[in-house]
Amino acid sequence: MSILVDDDTRVVVQGITGGEGKFHAEQMIDYGTNVVAGAVPGKGGQEVAGVPVYDTVHDAVDEEDADASVIFVPPAFASDAIFEALDTDLDLAVAITEGIPTQDMAKVNKRLQETDTRLQGPNCPGIITPGEAKLGILPGNIFSEGKVGLVSRSGTLTYQVVDSLTQRGIGQTTAIGIGGDPIIGTDFIDALELFEADEETEAVVMCGEIGGEDEEEAAEYIAQNMDTPVAGFIAGRTAPPGKRMGHAGAIVSGSGTGTAESKINALNEAGVPVATPPRKSPTTSKTCCSRDRRSSFGARADWSRRNVRTERVAARSDTPDRATRPACERTPREKLGPTAAASSSGSAAPPAPA
Amino acid sequence: MKLHEYQAKQVFAEAGIPTPGSTLATSVDEVVEAASDLGYPVAVKAQVHVGGRGKAGGIKLAENEAEAREAAESILGMDLKGYTVEEVLVEEAVDFTNELYVGVTMDRGEGKPVVMVSEKGGVNIEEVAEEDPEAIAREHVDPAFGLHPFQARKVVYDAGIPREVAGDVASILTTLYDLFEDRDGSDVEINPLMVTADDEVIAADAVMNIDEDALFRQPELAEMEDEAAEDDLEAKANEYGFDYVRLDGNVGIIGNGAGLVMTTLDLVDYYGGEPANFLDIGGGAKAERVANALDMVFSDENVDSVVFNIFGGITRGDEVAKGINAALEQFDEIPKPVVVRLAGTNAEEGREILNDELVTVEETLEGAVQRAVQYADEKATEVDQ
Repeated sequence: MSILVDDDTRVVVQGITGGEGKFHAEQMIDYGTNVVAGAVPGKGGQEVAGVPVYDTVHDAVDEEDADASVIFVPPAFASDAIFEALDTDLDLAVAITEGIPTQDMAKVNKRLQETDTRLQGPNCPGIITPGEAKLGILPGNIFSEGKVGLVSRSGTLTYQVVDSLTQRGIGQTTAIGIGGDPIIGTDFIDALELFEADEETEAVVMCGEIGGEDEEEAAEYIAQNMDTPVAGFIAGRTAPPGKRMGHAGAIVSGSGTGTAESKINALNEAGVPVATPPRKSPTTSKTCCSRDRRSSFGARADWSRRNVRTERVAARSDTPDRATRPACERTPREKLGPTAAASSSGSAAPPAPA
Repeated sequence: MKLHEYQAKQVFAEAGIPTPGSTLATSVDEVVEAASDLGYPVAVKAQVHVGGRGKAGGIKLAENEAEAREAAESILGMDLKGYTVEEVLVEEAVDFTNELYVGVTMDRGEGKPVVMVSEKGGVNIEEVAEEDPEAIAREHVDPAFGLHPFQARKVVYDAGIPREVAGDVASILTTLYDLFEDRDGSDVEINPLMVTADDEVIAADAVMNIDEDALFRQPELAEMEDEAAEDDLEAKANEYGFDYVRLDGNVGIIGNGAGLVMTTLDLVDYYGGEPANFLDIGGGAKAERVANALDMVFSDENVDSVVFNIFGGITRGDEVAKGINAALEQFDEIPKPVVVRLAGTNAEEGREILNDELVTVEETLEGAVQRAVQYADEKATEVDQ
């Protein structure tokens, strides 16, 4: 089981004749994805990456029975490509394109309410069901089959988290990047709902970031509707207000909404542990592994810079060579990232992760 | 992208929104000349991208030439929250009886534009929104249809705008929405929209922020972008095509992907360091981009050490390593210590390519961040002594 995509998914690649489209179509095929067609206006009749190219998405759906599309179309034309996908009977359209004007997406958003086709993205890395299919630009080799679902607003942060999970032997049912733009199709709640309904997914890792209120709304949804345990991570604790941190959606507003703190608090209140960077004290490792999520993470969430500074200064005067110790001598917890903490909390919560 | 008040007013005036007579000035003499042409009293207003200009002393009223001169002398060249004031707008002062607020923005939660009207203009509207949310009337707009005339009327009546000016306010709101849509606005507002004793309405201030992702189809507005208003390094980042935000600390940070770079910043902070910047080199970065990124961070004099954090998906570790080597080999002496962490696609090949004499290679993200913080601390201590 998985969500949204599997080895039966028949994929059309919109923009397959462009550099990115062609490269990633080949990568998807190499991974084993059932790519059946490309769609590029004016390029019908060609063959790229071993699949036929059609002038329209409608043709690709009619001729090749495609049921999902991946969109690699430049920003100026991307909303039109999305509208085209939404005009067909596709089940899913995944928009990878970054930099689509927000007002174009507001119009797409309106259209989404009238169609049964699901949109994922834009500005997202795609979706992968390990061992079956990947739609997008995710590096297939870091994923492994298993029982943890992953939903994230970010691309490379997803890879970091997945890598930590895989290295610890924790495989994934499906990983979905929902995208870093202010207006997106599938959001946290949609993805969480799908994972909740998926019998094979035993735990979910949710990676959010500053900006908007999607994480807060997701927290409320989790508290009210989910039995599957969820662990969280929030990027951007140190982001200053009013600055766009790479993603168009990652901005803390002048009035203070969209902060990491508000998101972490909302998730903690919903019983979702939010990973913080690893600590060295034995008590903390113990609380990390505790099954009592609500209490242990309430305590962990209030780590402060001062404590760390003091710790660091103290450590330095005691053991001057501490910082120069080679990585192999450090404890496993030190070696694994904040994302490892996410995975450890993810694995602490469910009864028996893979 | 933010327009200056004078630029936004120009756009508003062209669209038919009443604005006070005004002239842009860059010297004290120009201010005095503009003021006498316009007629006293005038307002002298700093043109910088900073909120709360009035409170910070960036806006002054002048009743006569002596006061205009004094206002110009105090405002021109002043430092407003880190920005030097180089231009002021000299404007007819409006004799008003009431101050209103009208605005259009994108409600990202709803995925729709929203128009807002309030009788409580002239103050920080975000404070009004928090303390007295009922005082702001709102109406969501279906982007497929635009703002219906009835919606403009409804929101104006809901806000309790006096009947005498309701029609004019609704018409200004409609124009404002059209500008928001046609010009790819992200925030467009008038605060205050002043009402005179003769029941005329006039835009005393103007805010117009444009969606940066839409600048490709707004060439006129893109030209208004104020290079000088940007930090030199931010201008350089623009040139290189990086997502870059300058911060106050001394640990330079370079990575790929917004979420991962933010996480690296958070970790630097967690380990007791202070991030000097956010720099996302983006996906699929080749050697040259990597070298440009290092050049950027090295040229920030606040930076004492650099952490380079790459998780390769489409970005390849060997390409990044070649870029780092190429950039560092140009120096006789490496200006600032560089710590590199490579993971993902071709990371192992990359680590082999990296020259150990030029950089410190760490296997883990935590190791790399801790090492960079340590180097920065050592450098800062050196300078102190």
